[in-house]
Amino acid sequence: MNLILIAVISLGAIALISALILFLASKKFAVFEDPRITEVAKVLPQANCGGCGYPGCSGFANACVKAGSLQGKYCTVGGQPVMTKVASILGLEVEEAEPTVAVVRCNGTCEHRPLVSRNDGTRSCAITSLLYGGETGCSYGCLGGGDCVNACQFDAIHMNPVTGLPEVDEDKCTSCGACVKACPRNIIEVRPKGKKSRRVYVSCVNKDRGPIAKKACEVSCIGCGKCVKVCPFGAITLENNLAYIDPNVCKSCRKCVDVCPQHAIVELNFPPHKPKIAVVEEVDSTKTIETPKAVEAVAVSVDSPKENNN
Amino acid sequence: MLKTFSIGGVHPQENKLSAHQSIIKAAIPPQVAILLSQHIGAPAKPLVAKGDTVKVGMKIAELGGFVSAAIHSSVSGKVLKIDNVIDASGYPKPAIIINVEGDEWEETIDRSDTLVKECKFSSEEIIKKLTDCGIVGMGGACFPTQVKLCPPPAFKAQCVIINGVECEPYLTADHQLMLEHAEEIMVGVSILMKAAKVNKAFIAIENNKPDAIELLKKTASSYPGIEVVPLKMKYPQGGEKQLIDAVTDRQVASGALPISVGVIVQNVGTTFAVYQAIQKNKPLFERVITITGNSLAKPSNLLARIGTPLRQLVDACGGLPDDTGKVISGGPMMGKALINLDVPMTKGSSGLLIMNEEEAKRGEIHPCIRCAKCVDACSMGLEPYLLAQLAAHGEFERMEKERIMDCIECGCCQFTCPSNRPILDYCRLGKNKVGAMIRARKAKK
Repeated sequence: MNLILIAVISLGAIALISALILFLASKKFAVFEDPRITEVAKVLPQANCGGCGYPGCSGFANACVKAGSLQGKYCTVGGQPVMTKVASILGLEVEEAEPTVAVVRCNGTCEHRPLVSRNDGTRSCAITSLLYGGETGCSYGCLGGGDCVNACQFDAIHMNPVTGLPEVDEDKCTSCGACVKACPRNIIEVRPKGKKSRRVYVSCVNKDRGPIAKKACEVSCIGCGKCVKVCPFGAITLENNLAYIDPNVCKSCRKCVDVCPQHAIVELNFPPHKPKIAVVEEVDSTKTIETPKAVEAVAVSVDSPKENNN
Repeated sequence: MLKTFSIGGVHPQENKLSAHQSIIKAAIPPQVAILLSQHIGAPAKPLVAKGDTVKVGMKIAELGGFVSAAIHSSVSGKVLKIDNVIDASGYPKPAIIINVEGDEWEETIDRSDTLVKECKFSSEEIIKKLTDCGIVGMGGACFPTQVKLCPPPAFKAQCVIINGVECEPYLTADHQLMLEHAEEIMVGVSILMKAAKVNKAFIAIENNKPDAIELLKKTASSYPGIEVVPLKMKYPQGGEKQLIDAVTDRQVASGALPISVGVIVQNVGTTFAVYQAIQKNKPLFERVITITGNSLAKPSNLLARIGTPLRQLVDACGGLPDDTGKVISGGPMMGKALINLDVPMTKGSSGLLIMNEEEAKRGEIHPCIRCAKCVDACSMGLEPYLLAQLAAHGEFERMEKERIMDCIECGCCQFTCPSNRPILDYCRLGKNKVGAMIRARKAKK
């Protein structure tokens, strides 16, 4: 009996002293953390993708709270709804940001870009690009190794086995930019999604001179500059034999799509038009490529300026 | 007991098909493409323009920086254009393209075969002349020779090692050069000793070339300070650090240059080029290249002009066999597969290996079984299996700590791997990324 009593008392005393030390330590060494950081972190998607430019979601929450304004801060995964929530927690103004999406700027499918060699080494774009220009004559285009697919944590980019090119699933893409970093060729670019997901972009990154680029790929940009001349908004620049459409200036009039002799400028998600046969014939006679595809592309593009002249 | 290096190494099959084939002069092609970047360092700056007439041996591009090399025309004719051509790296690189007309040499070049023993130049004059003649290391890395001979003031050279090892299977260009030009090489060694201000030189030769060892030993007896060192066969003995270890028992520390242990290493091919540059006033515009392969009709050692399309050299050896699977520039261990045969020859082209389909096949890749054969084989004492894994997972900071920058890309790890794992591919990736990381860090400072 006595033994039990001693044990209870002594252990109780130790417990009391320890509790006292812990209590004092917690007061003395307390670190103040803004409770809003936890709140903000809670509404973030916890994807920890780094698309915002901060190390993970907690890093982003910390930065949002400490900065005192949401300027230049945007959660690519959560988008506008999440940013609105963050703004309401912090009592700040939310900045209207246009939704963006990853765009693969290479259209060098197996059909457009014939193979000139075969790589039986490791299927990794990073390694292949170290070794040589790739299996085709184009040393700028997609290598088809799928490094971008491996980098995506949202299952939003996949290789199309028919074309051999990666395709972005717009609904799943959060434009975190992981694929942009993974691509050793800088083919993927994060561009504004555009109204109704309608976009116009140069689907080529080849900087070779025209004849070389043309020989390597049927749909390469040859740097002819026709698009630059036709663009009424000055959105297109030509540098190193390569045209680039600035998405912030482009009004999607699609005049450039019409004039591109290589069909290197791609228009996405625009409604199809009724072909005007007479015009098609006239244009067709000047074209060297007489595939049904080319005719169709011309036919589609003939109407386009009218619709967008509003 | 013959000497060799202490860590790692493998024994690939020799396959010296073109051994003892005397050096044949290759025909001058109708057009050459001379790359502006055939060496390590800054690309050379062109001195000629479209339409200019050039002669054989004329300087057509000057040094583009401290670590750079001059480039000379290998033919006479008219400059067609300066344009990008695909080189052995598989990427377009700027080159001077010349249409050949006749074969008119610069008058200053001594074209006779007479041996000129006496070197009348001082050390500084020799180094200046080597710079002018565009001499680079001809073992494959193409490091400008004049830079090697001018070590930082903190270091002092004690000896020169001449690399006649030729440890790559198939290649025989250096072997044949030693057999045919032993005297010239000896004079070349003496010139290098004078330039480096040392009085000791070793010529290292693997014991699979007993005739070359015997001949050079006999020749060396009349040249003071030159000693021929036979070495036990083991790949990669031709690696600079491995060779220094084998010959002098000195180990070059991680990240240090060979000069830190007082050694300057030069290839026999370079030594011969040095002789020609100093004694015959002949810049580096041609070299011996081994064209070989089991299916090739006539494996040969050709003396070809820089800029010759490789296709022409293959044609001279019986043409490309029908069962060709891969064409490799260099040897099978460190060489690089080519995209096509229109690639021009450069100062570093030591060989061209044509593999048939059977040989060219890569083995099926299996999982790593942790047998550590690659660790045993690594001649730099690294852990290749670990490095490959780290590279695959993008852990480049860790790779730097694991001394990836020491990797000499000899390929022993991949050669020895029973699971055929692409270890070297990943090591190269890691080396590239870590190198970029280090450069970025230096630029920040």
